[in-house]
Parts: sequence; C-alpha cells; structure tokens
Amino acid sequence: MSANSRNSARVVLESSDISRALTRIAHEILENNKGSKDLVLLGIPSRGVPLAKRIAQKISEFEKVVIPVGSLDITMYRDDLRLRPPRALAPTEIPEGGIDHKVVILVDDVLFSGRTIRAALDALNVIGRPSMVQVAVLIDRGHRELPIKADYVGKNIPTSLIETVQVTLADFDDASENVTLFGGEG
Amino acid sequence: MKILLKNGSIKGEKVLDILIENDKIIKIGAPNTIKDTEAEIVDLTGLIVLPGLVDLHTHLREPGREDAETISTGSAAAAKGGYTAVHAMANTLPVADTAGVVEQVWNLGKSVGLVDVYPVGAVTIGLLGENLAELSAMADSKARVRIFSDDGNCVSDPVLMRRALEYVKAFNGVIAQHAQEPRLTQNAQMNESTLSGQLGLTGWPAVAEEAIVARDVLLTEHVQSKLHVCHASTAGTVEILRWAKDKKVNVTAEVTPHHLFLSQIHCESYDAKFKVNPPLRRVEDVTELRNALAQGIIDVVATDHAPHPREDKEGEWNSAAFGMTGLETALAVVATAMIDTKLMTWSDVARVMSEKPAEIGQLTEHGRPIAENEIANLCIIDPNTSWKVDAKDTHSLSTNNPFDGMTLKSKVVHTIFRGKFSMKSGQVQK
Amino acid sequence: MKKHLVSANDLTKDDAVLVLDTAKELAAISDGLVKKLPTLRGRTVVNLFFEDSTRTRISFEAASKRLSADVINFSAKGSSVSKGESLKDTAQTLQSMGADAVVIRHGSSGAPHLLATRNWINAVVINAGDGTHEHPTQALLDAYTIRKHLRNNTGDLSGLRVAIVGDILHSRVARSNAILLKTLGATPIMVAPPTLLPVGIKDWSGEYSYNLDEVLPEVDAVMMLRVQQERMNDAYFPTAREYARNFGLNIRRQKTMQKHALVLHPGPMNRGMEITAEVADSANSVVIEQVANGVSVRMAVLYLLLGGTNNETGDKN
Ligand SMILES: [Zn+2]
Repeated sequence: MSANSRNSARVVLESSDISRALTRIAHEILENNKGSKDLVLLGIPSRGVPLAKRIAQKISEFEKVVIPVGSLDITMYRDDLRLRPPRALAPTEIPEGGIDHKVVILVDDVLFSGRTIRAALDALNVIGRPSMVQVAVLIDRGHRELPIKADYVGKNIPTSLIETVQVTLADFDDASENVTLFGGEG
Repeated sequence: MKILLKNGSIKGEKVLDILIENDKIIKIGAPNTIKDTEAEIVDLTGLIVLPGLVDLHTHLREPGREDAETISTGSAAAAKGGYTAVHAMANTLPVADTAGVVEQVWNLGKSVGLVDVYPVGAVTIGLLGENLAELSAMADSKARVRIFSDDGNCVSDPVLMRRALEYVKAFNGVIAQHAQEPRLTQNAQMNESTLSGQLGLTGWPAVAEEAIVARDVLLTEHVQSKLHVCHASTAGTVEILRWAKDKKVNVTAEVTPHHLFLSQIHCESYDAKFKVNPPLRRVEDVTELRNALAQGIIDVVATDHAPHPREDKEGEWNSAAFGMTGLETALAVVATAMIDTKLMTWSDVARVMSEKPAEIGQLTEHGRPIAENEIANLCIIDPNTSWKVDAKDTHSLSTNNPFDGMTLKSKVVHTIFRGKFSMKSGQVQK
Repeated sequence: MKKHLVSANDLTKDDAVLVLDTAKELAAISDGLVKKLPTLRGRTVVNLFFEDSTRTRISFEAASKRLSADVINFSAKGSSVSKGESLKDTAQTLQSMGADAVVIRHGSSGAPHLLATRNWINAVVINAGDGTHEHPTQALLDAYTIRKHLRNNTGDLSGLRVAIVGDILHSRVARSNAILLKTLGATPIMVAPPTLLPVGIKDWSGEYSYNLDEVLPEVDAVMMLRVQQERMNDAYFPTAREYARNFGLNIRRQKTMQKHALVLHPGPMNRGMEITAEVADSANSVVIEQVANGVSVRMAVLYLLLGGTNNETGDKN
C-alpha cells in the first residue's frame, strides 16, 4: 500500500460505534434464536476471535449464562493458497461440548468475497454437524463472489475494489480501536 | 616452406625475429635484420615466444574410450593449448602394457601429426598391480617408452614398486607414481576435511598421498633409481619432496593446473566437474603448491587432462567419474596462478611447462632452447589478454572443464609444431 | 522460507520455529476427527526413493495424503543407478508428470542439491535423506519432540543441551540435527568413539566427547543413533559388545540423567546394541511419539513449501 493511499484514510467506525454494533449483534442473535440455548460462537482468526469473545460476553451479561466461544482456523481450507505466501496457522479451539446439534455463529471482522466463510463451512464440516450455522460480521463491504450472506452485520460499508478495510481492536492490536477505509478516490 | 616470426619476445625477454625453414629454426636476429622474400611473415609484436609445451600426463583415451577422446581430438586440443608433445597415459582399453599397444598409440599420434604423442607404458600388466609388464620391450619398441606409470592406480605393493624402480634402471626409465594408498581411500570422494564432514562426502586424506610419496622416495634412494611423482596435491607432499631433494634423491614431481588454481570449496556445489583424483585440496595446499613450483621443489606442470563423456559427469557426485580436461586451458591457468601473482616469469613457465618435462621424458626435440638449428617447436602467447572459458568451445570430445565460466589471463595464439603451424590465430590447422 | 528444503541450513531460526508452530496446529487438528485437509488438493507430491526406507516414505505419504495431495511413489531402487544420467532423466520424467514437489531419498550425498539447483525440474525439492549428508525433516521432528516436552511446545530450544550418540561419521540425522539444534539455540554434543567422528568435527558441530558417561548427567535429551553391524568389520570399533559397553544406553546409564531428560532414537533401533529394550520403553523415551510427530512436521513442511507463493499479492481482508 503506497503512502499516497494511506493519505486517503477515512475512519468509518470509532471505538464506541464498534461497541454499539457488537451490542446490537448480541441482541439480534438472542432475538433470532429465541434465547441463548445451544449457541456456540466461533471466531475466525485473527480478529474474528476477539470479536466473538466480546459478543459472547455481551450475551452472557444479558442472559446471565456462559456462552461457549472458540476459534476456527480456516487457513488449510482456503482456495487462494497459491495466490499468497504461506501463512502461519492459528489455533482451532472447539469449546467443550463440541458443535454437534448446536447453533454455530461464525464471527469475522470483514465480509468481502465470501470465500473465508466458504472455507469456514468446510472446516466446520469435518469437525461436526451443527443444527444451524449463522454468520456475524462487524463490516460487510460487499463484492461477494459466492452465494453467501451475513445474518448479523455491524455496519454495511460500500467500497470499491481498490479500497481496503482495516479493523483495529484495542485488546487485540494494542492500538486505538476503529475501522478505517484506505485508498480509492477518498 | 619458410616462416619469419617478427618481433616476438623470447620467453618474455629479448625481442627477436626468428626464421624457420622446414622443421628447423635457421636464423635468429634482432628485429628487421633478417630478410627473406619467400617467407610467410607473422608479426608477433607484444607476444611471447616459448618452446612448444610438453605435457607429461595426458589421458587420450584411445584405444577403448573413443567416446571420451581420441588421439586425433586430443592432439587438436593439445595444439590449441600450445603443446607440441604429450605423454599418453597407459590406462586405455586395452592397457598400454605391451610393445604392441604403445606402438599403436605412437603410430596414431604420428598419423594425426599435430603433436608428438609419446606413450607412457604401464608398470604392471593390466594396471592390476600384480605382475610387472614387459617394460623393456616397451622401452625398445618404436615408441621408445621411458616413462612408466599405472596412473589411475597406485603401485601400492612396496615390493612391486621396488622391483619396478630397479628394473627400469637398465634402460634409464622412470616410474611415474600415482600416489594413492588404496586402503586409506576406499570410496573416497573429496579431500578429507571439515568440509567433507559437512557435505557427507567420504574423505580422502592427504596422508593417503603423502605416505606413498614418502615410501617411494625412500625406495628410490635405496635402489638408486628415478621416481616421478604425478599430480602432487598437498602441502605435506611438498614437504617430503623438499626433504628428498635436499638429500639428492632422484625424484621429480608434477602439479596440475587445477591443483594450482582450485580448492575443495568448489565441492560445495556437488557439481562433479570438480571431482578429480587426487581431489581438490585446501586453499593452504594451493598456496604451498604454487610456492613449491616457483621454487623448483615441484619441477613441472602436467595437465592430467582426463576427458569424460557428459553422462559420467552430470549426475550425483558419488557415481560420477574422476577427472578434468585441461590441455586447452593449462597455459592460461598457470599464467593466472603464477605470473599474474608475480610468483614466476615467462622463462620459469618455459622451464616448468616445456624444458623440464622434456628432460624428464628424455625428449631430444622438445623443450629445447629457442636457437638456430633447433627443431621449431614453439608456443606463442598473448600475455595481455583475458578471456572467459567456455567448456563447450573445445577440440576435446569432452566438456568436463572445471574452469568453465572463469576468466583467465593470457592465451596461446599460435602453436608451431616441427616448423609448421599446428594452431594459428586460435585455429587448429588440420 | 527458501523454495527447497535440502539442508537444515536452508532454515533460518524464524523458518524453523514457523515449521514447528505449524506442525503444532496441524497435530492439534489431526488429533481430533480430522483425517484429511483439502489444502493441497490438485497438487502432486512424488516420493522419489532411490534407497529403501519404508518408514520415511510412509511418513511423507501420510503427510501428503492428509493434505489431499496426489501422491506418486516412484521407487528407483533396483534400476541400478550407477550412471548419473538417470537422476536427470528421472527428474525430467517427473517434470513432465507435473510434479509440484519431489521428496527425494538418495544414497549419494548431494543428489537433492543437484535436483534443486540444476534446472531439470521446477518442483519443490524436499530432502528425505541423502547419503551421509542430511535428513532435515528428521531433525525437525526431533526438534519438535524436544520442544513439546521441554519447551511447552513454543518458541525455540535455547539453553538446551542435546547429546547425539553413535555413528556420527555416517549419520545424516546427526548432521541435520547439529545444524538445526544450533539454529534453534540449543547445543548439540556429539558423542562417539573417535573413529566414528568426522575429521574436523569440532569446527561444525559445537561440542563432542568420547565419553558417554561424562555427558549424560548434564544433557536435557539424548539421541541414540543406529549403529550398523558392518561398521565393526571396517575396524571402527573392536566388537559390538565393546561398543555397547561404552556407548549403549542402558538403565544404569539412564539413571544418571536428569529427571526430565528425554531419550530419542530416529529408528529403526538395534535393541541391545545402542539402546536396551528397557530404556527404549521407559517413561522418558519418546521414540514412538517421534513417529507421529514426523507426520505433523512433514505436513507442515509440505504446506509451507507448497501451500503458497512467494509473490506478495492478494488482499488482506
Ligand atoms: Zn593420476
């Protein structure tokens, strides 16, 4: 990314917006599933994992129950491996109780082409058989390449293909929290 | 047929004109003092004139391995390299261990006519190290063999070596020993060192050479004969030779161009073009060999030109053949290693690449002074050029030249063999 | 990472730790129900074995198959490879078969190096043991095993001391381990009779000793190498009994080791020669586990060398 495109950075969500969005998603999850029964949240590394934990935390506060949270690394299931340098694997941690007959909510920071979710569905497939899988993302930036949609969206941000969206989380990145849009005509 | 060579620097010293008629130098004089209207005039301004080079150690492969080299292609490579005489090693198929085979090689050399090919006779029948070959028959043959060697193999049996040294005294022969203790070098692949340990290549210890050289020096002194040490490759061998020469033992020694220039570090590439017997040694050995050559502890440079077909050099190290070609690059390698470093002069090069080898081979028409009434065997060199070696650009049938891609100083431009150009301006005259 | 894995020297410390970390995650996945990942679907891994080694071949085969690669076993043994040309011919055959990776085992030191450097083939070359040179994936699995037990499965091996005991002279395992252990910050100590240590060993291996009893109490792990009976005939040592007496790991010797100290062996073991059955089966022996770790480590190597390109494209989202 050139210095020039850095110049056209634009903050689209502040920390407080992120927090509100996650609260809303937590409410919607409970509403949609008529409570917290059988919910399992799986974050997709790297930033999907802290996001999943924060959503689970909020649900726990509302419902006074512990929501199982885990992580699901999808690297080995990606279909674009040959296009990128090999990346280090992140842990896959399935909460005790597994995912069979559970409602699995996959959590990621940005929904873009849909290929990450596709890979996550494949990865889930070999771990167990949930009764239902739903998708929660902080940002939906459009440009889907697969028939995949999010069930819960923090914010829809229309983008052009040359722009990039960067999510920074205080507890994960050790930096001030926001969502920034880089590049394009901005 | 006359040739007038003008303004050549004789052994890098005096600039003189040389008039050749038929096979002889008939007149030498200051520039422009010789007039001859019939002679072909060749200007040698800026060039060095040496006596034609003499190689004591050449593998011409014929008979038997004509896929690697023939006497014809090897002679062409020799002419290209400035040689007017080569000694053809005995490890052919059949082995040159009878008067018949050495005469065949001698006749083939004559019929090619680009260099004099002097056969080396085997010491033992079939190079097997068991029974002496008919040394005297080879000495008395038309080929007039004086150097005997089982090269490729070492005459490791001390009794057999003693007998050979004694026996050749009858006709003033010399035993040229390939010094390699066979038990210490079983399956050996490269110089034994830290590097061989790291590369996982079986080590070839310096002592395997030095133990044989030391033994042979003692045997030679004991029976008062003559020994020639082939391709000395270690500092330890130099030390033994120095001791032997101090004690006036009748021993001479040769070093190859590659041992003067290349060290074992090339083995890191696992490229078998660097696989040779004896192996490339440490940098310290290279330095010591250069000094020994300059000081006369090592008498001569001999190529150990050892052509091999591509398939024998292309694969994995362990199964590849030992040996390197060298006739066409020898002079330039020696010039780069010895003259460019100011260790030697052109007159020294004449000594180690022509005069002394001719003396060891007891040749009467090579390695002679550049003087009137001498046979005109000459090697003419451009000392002010550098060139990049291309192994494929060769008269040899084989391309296993380790200097491929390297830049060398000085180049042979003409070779005159018995009064005629065998190579002129880089072109071999077939 | 470099394109090929020919020598343990091809790995920087970061590379080596990445391989071990990747292997850890893959082991975690494999521990569960997942027997097969789709990662290398459509890619072809050729096991090119010029020398018999069922154990290593099976390990690479399992690793490749768990990553969904197509595996072709190409056993060149028996075709009596005396001439070099055949390595080139074979390479060109594999090239035309579209091999993406060639796992090569060869009796001649340097054969994988030639395959990787001669432009005969575009494939990634992975050395599965060449002559008496190297066996880098064995060193990686040994490092993995040691790290798992002594370094909580993370980071490097700094500060650990590891004795490698036996036929160092002819051992490719010893060479790769000496390099990799040093890369990872550990200290290898070569232990053998002087006849089985290469000339110049002190220049490349770190430390060495002729006395196993002196070394054992201070090491964190001991790696026993297989000693071939035929070395005896070449006068490397007088008798098998004398060798075992001085360099064999038995219970008496094991008791002199630290409580946490591990016992490793690349296999196959000569029980009674370099290691007694009791030691091989003892609680501190990780010999069986090494086999399982071998598959994870080889999966990691295959993934890291084949799973991506070095060209930095694609977006970060
Ligand atoms: Zn020789």
